[in-house]
Amino acid sequence: MKPPEFGYSRPESVAEALAVLGSLGPDGKVLAGGQSLVPLLNLRLASPGHLVDINALAGLGYVRAGRGEVVIGALARHAQVLADQAARSVQPLLAMALAHVAHPVIRNRGTTVGSIVHADPASEMTAVLALLGGSVRLASTDGERVVAADRFFLGSFEADVRPGELATEVVVPALPPRAGCAFTEISRRRGDYAICGAAATVALSTDGSIERVRAAYLSVGPAPVVLDLTESAGDPESAARLATERIETSGDIHATADYRRHLVGVVTRRALTAALAHARGRADG
Amino acid sequence: MASGGDGAMGSGGAVTNPTTGLFDIRLTVNGTLHAVSVPARRLLSDCLRHDLRLTGTHVGCEHGVCGACTVLLDGVPVRSCLMLAVSADGSAITTVEGLAAADGTLSAVQRAFKDSHGLQCGFCTPGFLTMITAALAENPDPTPEEAREMVGGNLCRCTGYQNIVTAVLRAAELTRAERA
Amino acid sequence: MTSMFGEPIARVEDDRLLRGEGAYLDDLGHDALAAAFVRSPHAHAVIRDIDVSGALDAAGLVAIYTHEDLPGRVGEPLPLLIPHPALTHGRTGYPLAAAEVNHVGEPVVMVVATDRYLAEDAAERIVVDYDPLPAVVGVDAARAAEHLVHPDVPGNVAAHLVQANGDAAAAVAAAPHRLELDLYIERSASTPLEGRGVLARWDTESRRLRIWTSTQTSTGVRAAVAAKLGLALADVDVITPDVGGGFGVKIVHPWPEEVLVPWAAMTLGRPVKFTEDRSEHFVASAHERGQRHQVRVGFDDDGRILGLDVTFWHDNGAYIPYGVIVPIITSTQLLGPYKPGAYRVEFSSLYTNTVIVTPYRGAGRPQGAFVMERTMDAIAAELDLDRTLVRERNFIQPGEMPYDHGLIFQDGRPLIYDSGDYPAALARLKGLIGWDEFEAVRRAARAEGRRVGIGLACYVEGTGVGPYEGAHVVVETSGKVRVATGLTSQGQGHQTVFAQIAADELGVPITDVEVVTGDTRAFGYAVGTFASRAAVMSGSAVALAARAARAKAIRVAAAALEASPDDMEIVDGVVRVKGDPGSGIALGTVAVLSNPLRYAFDEAARAATQFVGGDLSTPPVAEGDEPGIEGREYFSPVRSTFASGMHAAIVETDPDTAEVKVLRYCVVHDCGTLINPRIVEGQIHGGVAQGVGGALYEKMAYDETGQLQNASFMDFLMPYVSEVPERIEIDHLETPSPLNPLGIKGAGEAGVIPGSAVIAAAIEDAEGFPITSMPISPSDLFELRRRHAASGETANASQTASVNRAG
Repeated sequence: MKPPEFGYSRPESVAEALAVLGSLGPDGKVLAGGQSLVPLLNLRLASPGHLVDINALAGLGYVRAGRGEVVIGALARHAQVLADQAARSVQPLLAMALAHVAHPVIRNRGTTVGSIVHADPASEMTAVLALLGGSVRLASTDGERVVAADRFFLGSFEADVRPGELATEVVVPALPPRAGCAFTEISRRRGDYAICGAAATVALSTDGSIERVRAAYLSVGPAPVVLDLTESAGDPESAARLATERIETSGDIHATADYRRHLVGVVTRRALTAALAHARGRADG
Repeated sequence: MASGGDGAMGSGGAVTNPTTGLFDIRLTVNGTLHAVSVPARRLLSDCLRHDLRLTGTHVGCEHGVCGACTVLLDGVPVRSCLMLAVSADGSAITTVEGLAAADGTLSAVQRAFKDSHGLQCGFCTPGFLTMITAALAENPDPTPEEAREMVGGNLCRCTGYQNIVTAVLRAAELTRAERA
Repeated sequence: MTSMFGEPIARVEDDRLLRGEGAYLDDLGHDALAAAFVRSPHAHAVIRDIDVSGALDAAGLVAIYTHEDLPGRVGEPLPLLIPHPALTHGRTGYPLAAAEVNHVGEPVVMVVATDRYLAEDAAERIVVDYDPLPAVVGVDAARAAEHLVHPDVPGNVAAHLVQANGDAAAAVAAAPHRLELDLYIERSASTPLEGRGVLARWDTESRRLRIWTSTQTSTGVRAAVAAKLGLALADVDVITPDVGGGFGVKIVHPWPEEVLVPWAAMTLGRPVKFTEDRSEHFVASAHERGQRHQVRVGFDDDGRILGLDVTFWHDNGAYIPYGVIVPIITSTQLLGPYKPGAYRVEFSSLYTNTVIVTPYRGAGRPQGAFVMERTMDAIAAELDLDRTLVRERNFIQPGEMPYDHGLIFQDGRPLIYDSGDYPAALARLKGLIGWDEFEAVRRAARAEGRRVGIGLACYVEGTGVGPYEGAHVVVETSGKVRVATGLTSQGQGHQTVFAQIAADELGVPITDVEVVTGDTRAFGYAVGTFASRAAVMSGSAVALAARAARAKAIRVAAAALEASPDDMEIVDGVVRVKGDPGSGIALGTVAVLSNPLRYAFDEAARAATQFVGGDLSTPPVAEGDEPGIEGREYFSPVRSTFASGMHAAIVETDPDTAEVKVLRYCVVHDCGTLINPRIVEGQIHGGVAQGVGGALYEKMAYDETGQLQNASFMDFLMPYVSEVPERIEIDHLETPSPLNPLGIKGAGEAGVIPGSAVIAAAIEDAEGFPITSMPISPSDLFELRRRHAASGETANASQTASVNRAG
């Protein structure tokens, strides 16, 4: 279990990074936190021609919480985002979900943007980004483009990042007033990839009635599955029923397809109940 | 091909030796500055163990799950098997060998493990010691539940964790007594 | 000086390990070449061709070896270590596959390079052309024998053994009540945090081979490798460095790498090292536990067993180098603390295209305890009796010890329990967990919408199996005591407990005792560390050797003091006349006196040279005497000593997610006289964690083609702290063994044995339907719930399909 050979660069500016990535084309692979990539290298399941290590780009290690959004730079570690009080108050779902990402030591090194670009179907942050309708900013020597989450995740471990591009930041919209959110997942061991998980948001109208209910699911398909569950009118049981009907599940060594479908209902109920309570608490507060 | 970017590609902060294709890096480990030449793919765990011969850091899985290789990178616990040595260029690293005082006195965490029978074969122990050292620096007075959380990402096959959790609480107690 | 024996002292090993100064296998040999292997990606295939040409120009490459390159015995199949008359079709693997591969991970090509990175690069470039064959995976496929693992082994049956005491079939048939059960346990594995590893140096000048290996038997490796390489035993040293856990997997020897690495070191004249990585460990070491059992039991109205007839099938994997030890243990130890009436057991050990089996902590006992305890619970359910009552009625009573089961145990000797008090242990366990008060707990939980259940399980464990261990104790002229014993250590605290024994026997401070284990240079005759035997066997040998050294020290000191040896004692390292502290001679000085030297190389030696006084009419060393204060003794008991214990657990099963949480876990444990209670409790903690892991998390998930789908720590779910009970409540009972000088019994494996049985019982109690297959995941439990809900049966465990009323 030793990585295969690869070329290596550690650019000291974004411009240099983009130049290197541009010259490498499909051979180039960005190394950020490495918590997903390096295991794949060690197992020789990945063999990139050249790694472009962005850990010297300290300028990308930001978390900016503004009025309407949280912007997370490519070098912000999970732990940093999780601890960011401003980000937590602008979009509480970030911290709620990040607490479930692996174990603290992994979060010390792993980056939130890297985790999103990795597009693991079991990733908490991909589901969060998909649910909140966030976007990813990609830069290359040709310029920049911004890809919305619903077009970013193409499949299992497949995201819309082109050769020569660097994902410089993700933008996560703020949680609106009179809205609540929650994250829940079920894993075999604490800190493992979830067998099934869900992030949910509930928006209330000014009279306190349910305006909109949405949920995103992880570990149930090649990419995050986002459902509009507004027709449940916020009733967790009915939402669970809807979700279970709409989501196709498959079996693996940890769960049969039926068990996973059952868990879709469980996490829907739990996430929705908590999100509703969260929304009411915020509306009252 | 081969290890290391060449001049044309540029390797930024890490210096590539043009003849060997190796990267000349500097690591301050347990307060001592080491200059070492490594291929790009050299894992930090292997660099510490085999290049610097600090074999107290152990390798139990090489895919980031067991935690035996945990070291402190600029004070923060990380898995050294999930880091390239070249990425750590310029960093300060603390390994298990650096936990005792300069005069050899065991740290509070080390003493607590001894007092509490917190180790058996000792293979996973260095990762627990570094992890707990950092965690107690952040939270010096953990509840039993917090103590369990602190060690929640490290595997031990011998102890059943009972005495490791006891050791975390004991280490906190020893540290408080020392400060009092 | 207070006695050390029985004291929960801190371990002497720890200081070094806590500083990161342990020396595990891969911490050694920084100058060595590295070995890597091309391993079979197929479960079953014929090797058509091996093309190494693409690797020949790989950077750092030193050598590539295939089966054809291995001379004589080096390339021949590995030894079948423990033959048995029932093992009629024993097959072992080649160090490098010859023509066929029989499991994923089997070594095919060995690559030696200047470091492991480069060795893996070269290995990747070697192309092996395989002709895949159908794979036999799992007990059921092996029994069906639609395909054969080895073409010359009919029915895939390696071994078949029947043992009986009385006519069980007739007793079952005549019994007022009868049940049949089908009980299954899946594969798991020892999974130490450190994998296997071996380093070898061939000294071209002295023509000696020195091997360091992460093993549970250094003497075993030495003998096997010397035989393979044609070397005299005296020219091979095997040293066991610090070992990062064993749990059974490191008792098999020689592993292919333990032959190949020393051979390559000799051939190349350079040190060579192999450090197994985690991926390799899953597919190239060993597993255990996989067995299917059929039970027929007959019992009376009180739940007393009248006849027990058990047939089971053991999955031994592709080869069977360690023989039939595991199924023999299941077949004998499933009896636990009970009198089974007439008993018959029959097993078949079957080949499959999966990794080989080695005893894993518990070694067939977890399966046995599962079979017997599930049977006890089924009887209780059938008769609507309390589960503890059924057990009490079947217990062997203390007055019936020694109790002869009329069977042959794993050591080839009669299965005779030496001592134990099972009724007392059960009474303590019931008190500890609050058995009789549990219904109130259940009601309270139910009122909160929670589902809880309680279970218990008992076991008896043959420990301290022979044939022997030895020890050497020497008192240095410095007064320090060096103790050597041949068996190895993997974290059990041997250096501490053997030092406790030696310190007490010799009357010296424990800080003056230094213990060496697992180094053939220090002690050449030994068996190994397995079967909970180290404390019993080497502990007893250390006691005997220390007593011999003590007797000699007293004799020499008595002569010098002109006192009677009967009046002497050793206190705090000083030999003195009893009750006269002023009269003493320090042990180190006694060691000086015992050795009439010719050369006065230091002050102490000056006092002992032959020209210093003495009786000139007798030889300086009397006939039959020897210089030095030493003792070398062996302990060889007539048979094993039987430890016992009982566990109880309360679990909560989530009505929604089917997740299982262990709320309480209680242990009553009897390993005879305790040498160090702290270390024994540590062993229990670790065993219980492995038991819970085996019950709820760990399994080897092979697909039908023989690919192991969870060969990583991401998917093989070893418990973290979050998966083990928060507290393990322990009570000790000490029933001394009459079979050894210290009254001790083994403690290493006990904690794991009843794990699956007790967790299954508690889940069954919570859910109301029988649990007959372990481990059980939330997904498994969910599917069981659905099945039982569909068949409308949830109430009575005895009414379901898996537990049939017979006849």
